[in-house]
Amino acid sequence: MALFILRRIGAGLVMLVALSMLVFVLLRLAPGDPVDAYIDPSAPLSPTEMAETRARLGLDRPLPVQYLAWMRQVAAGELGYSLQRNHEPVARLLSERIGPTLLLMGSGLVIAIIVGIAAGIVSAVNRGRPLDVALSVPAFVGISSPAFLTALVGLFVFSVILRWAPSGGMRTPGLPPSTGDLLRHLVLPACLLSIGHAALIMRYMRASLIEVLNQDYVRTARSKGVRERWVIVKHAVRNALLPVVTLIGSTLGAAVGGAIFIESVFNWPGMGLMLINAVEARDYPVIMAATLVVGACVLVANILTDIAYAAVDPRIKIA
Amino acid sequence: MAERAPLLELRGLRTVFRVRGREITPVDGVDLAIGAGETVALVGESGSGKSVTALSVMRLLPGTARIDAGQAILHRETGPVDLAGLDAEAMRAVRGAAIGMVFQEPMTSLNPVLTIGDQITEPLLVHGRCSRAQAGERAVAMLEAVGVPDPARRLAAYPHELSGGMRQRAMIAMALICRPGLLIADEPTTALDVTIQAQIVDLLEGLQREMGMGILFVTHNLGVVADMAHRVAIMYAGRIVEEGPVAEVFARPLHPYTRGLLASVPRPGEALALRRAGGRLAAVPGQVPSLMNLPRGCAFSTRCTLATDLCRAMPPDRVSPGPGRGVRCHHWAAA
Ligand SMILES: Nc1ncnc2c1ncn2[C@@H]1O[C@H](COP(=O)(O)OP(=O)(O)OP(=O)(O)O)[C@@H](O)[C@H]1O
Ligand code: SF4
Ligand SMILES: [Mg+2]
Repeated sequence: MALFILRRIGAGLVMLVALSMLVFVLLRLAPGDPVDAYIDPSAPLSPTEMAETRARLGLDRPLPVQYLAWMRQVAAGELGYSLQRNHEPVARLLSERIGPTLLLMGSGLVIAIIVGIAAGIVSAVNRGRPLDVALSVPAFVGISSPAFLTALVGLFVFSVILRWAPSGGMRTPGLPPSTGDLLRHLVLPACLLSIGHAALIMRYMRASLIEVLNQDYVRTARSKGVRERWVIVKHAVRNALLPVVTLIGSTLGAAVGGAIFIESVFNWPGMGLMLINAVEARDYPVIMAATLVVGACVLVANILTDIAYAAVDPRIKIA
Repeated sequence: MAERAPLLELRGLRTVFRVRGREITPVDGVDLAIGAGETVALVGESGSGKSVTALSVMRLLPGTARIDAGQAILHRETGPVDLAGLDAEAMRAVRGAAIGMVFQEPMTSLNPVLTIGDQITEPLLVHGRCSRAQAGERAVAMLEAVGVPDPARRLAAYPHELSGGMRQRAMIAMALICRPGLLIADEPTTALDVTIQAQIVDLLEGLQREMGMGILFVTHNLGVVADMAHRVAIMYAGRIVEEGPVAEVFARPLHPYTRGLLASVPRPGEALALRRAGGRLAAVPGQVPSLMNLPRGCAFSTRCTLATDLCRAMPPDRVSPGPGRGVRCHHWAAA
């Protein structure tokens, strides 16, 4: 088991380095000069002043040198400083922002997994009956509407019209921080984030369980006199979960994308909002670090998925 | 042979499937009796309705099928019950307790994510026969009885860690752990290689001597029939076309289809040689008619060399040419 996890982590690190190179190169190839972010448009700099600024920011050296210098720093835990106005250390920006993002994404995923799996089971067991048909409608809507649309419509309906939830932020300004207040702010964006994933998980769970219910070993369980409810819960669901676990792992990347939308719509003070601001300002150190952290999170989640898969399926050789 | 107490009696059992808006009848008026402690072999070509018969008795048919007519009377200490008319909960109490079932495919019939021990103890626990701890002990004893080496350690194993033969032994242990009066074995050896087949047949014979259960043994293998069955029923297109004591049917088959099956088969005394040779059903010339499009008269008339206009016009009724024997053929006496 330990070896299995080590191998997965090793593979994850290689992926992470590849990701960092890709991001680095893509950003440098992108049109626009990071120096522009430091120039007051009403008072253009002379070419010498431009060069000085570049040299100060290390932007005049060849790409591989820039990359290696940056990686050395990253390895030492030194993520540099934001290129924006107050030059905050990137590490501090990240540590402030990562908590809210993990909270939002984590809640969204937990909701999606619970709702998706439960609805999938109900649908499969009632296949072709009214309940199954009724559940297929929200599932279809959830899968086919883009994340930003879900976010905007949800915001409009639930906080603007119905006023069930605050329309943004993580806390009510002026109130002392409390868990209740945090939850009130969290519920709507987390639910909206979960919709697409819940719908997808439900479709997979339904299809997978329908297939499993036709397997010989389910008939064997029935031939022993096992109650139908228990046949489903004990014999079928665990087998049906196998492909769903893989699906959940592979949607984590998409969940990050969805979280960025949700954060910007709900003004949620997480990494997504920070990343959007950083992209607008071409704040390279922040973009790079944030991308790497997001990438690392996805990789960790994928490793956890593999471990979960091995735990559910005894046939996986953990070696 | 001594008269046996009746155990299971199928009376005019008819099972219908709805396939693409049409109805087919894979089991069409089956009469069959199994006595306590008796082995009855059910033999027939692929598609003749053997599995559907077995699944009808267990009421494990898929949702597209239903028992349309007839009875399946199970005689229990508490009196006879018609399985075809039982409600779901009463039927559940019969499965695994009064009737155990072993399926053809040991590779797919065990749950891959549950341990052998969990699956073998389950019948005891769902029927409330004993505590969890006792169930573990009885599972070890049962695995020992079916010849699984090192049974205590096997309880923690998963199905994929066992060979096909061992899995089938585990299946048998699971089907018999509640000591049912009837075991239904649907081609339990077909998926196994020849030497393992022989071991499983010997095992079932031994278990029957010990536990005294009746066995409905579905098979393609006439060697196995000659070796272990007391009586044999030959099935063709959803009907039992001939039945009787094995020795008599093998010595003097009355139905042209049975004669075709036995044509290339040695006499019962040579059962071992037969089994070694694979003992497959001899190829009877011609095709099994489609259930969608059965002939109006005798279902075998499309392949029968003795077929007459009478055969093509009218399906033959069951006649009894001797004690314990039955045949469905207009011209059986010509044999
Ligand atoms: N799920 C099903 N849906 C529709 N028809 C079915 C189904 N299962 C069986 N049948 C029909 O019932 C007929 C009898 O099938 P059955 O499985 O009982 O045959 P069998 O005698 O057990 O054959 P084999 O030796 O191949 O196991 C088949 O011809 C098939 O057309
Ligand atoms: S009834 Fe006629 S067709 Fe059918 S088996 Fe007998 S002889 Fe052949
Ligand atoms: Mg069959």
